[in-house]
Amino acid sequence: MTIETAFTPFASLGGGVLIGLASVLLMATVGRIMGATGIVAGLLQPVDFADWSWRAAMLVGMFSGPWAVFLMQGSLPAIEVPVSRGMLIAGGFIVGLGVTFGSGCTSGHGVCGMARLSPRSIVATGVFMLTAALTVYVVRHVIGG
Amino acid sequence: MRLISVYLIGLLFGIGISVSGMSNPAKVINFFDVAGTWDPSLAFVMGGALGVAFFGYRVVLRAPKPRFGAAFLLPTRRDLDGTLIGGSAAFGVGWGISGFCPGGALPVVGTGRAEVLIFAAALMAGILAAKWIMARRASALAKA
Repeated sequence: MTIETAFTPFASLGGGVLIGLASVLLMATVGRIMGATGIVAGLLQPVDFADWSWRAAMLVGMFSGPWAVFLMQGSLPAIEVPVSRGMLIAGGFIVGLGVTFGSGCTSGHGVCGMARLSPRSIVATGVFMLTAALTVYVVRHVIGG
Repeated sequence: MRLISVYLIGLLFGIGISVSGMSNPAKVINFFDVAGTWDPSLAFVMGGALGVAFFGYRVVLRAPKPRFGAAFLLPTRRDLDGTLIGGSAAFGVGWGISGFCPGGALPVVGTGRAEVLIFAAALMAGILAAKWIMARRASALAKA
């Protein structure tokens, strides 16, 4: 199934600026890389309470984000899902394996690591962008086409 | 103070993700669908975030330590290995199949939407499975 979406350069740039700002502020306060993968992984396998508590506070803050948008614009952010539940489960499980072995995802490698010019993050980001594009091509135009 | 600050940072991230379109699988998949219904918006998310982080980190990391911690904890590895590349390749495949990445999905878990909760549960199962494999691999190495 294909759902067309509108080109939103200003909203996307603005959202990106906020994401960048959040990563800079997290470094300034707790001194950590803002990676969604690392934050969740640390919650699932806690080291000590001080480490667990900032991750939990960060996650609760994230959950409040869509509701803050609801208060500002009167509607929750659009979540249009053009894939089946089976694909969500398979995709989610593969993402979980991949980000753990790959030590990061779009936020940790793509934003924080690339901003630090880390060679590992630059390579990781290039690889996952490429395989994501190839996967979408195969799903939509080879299997689905 | 520390936890309130981090809560507000999470809120900022959650608003940014919501506004940017990263939590909308249709938009994510269209970003990668150059041969079909292409929507280049998400390049602007990466551009905006990376621009701010690039300059922001340079300012923040001049301080001797973070506000609420003893030291900045930065990854130090610079080597490329098969685990990094294979893991990242798998992540891209899963992202392309589902349209969700961890940072895009986590904030909208707060909306309680069934599709997001299904993805998030599968994501956590994948993380725990990978940790289990890594722990087994490490203990096998320790025994050898």
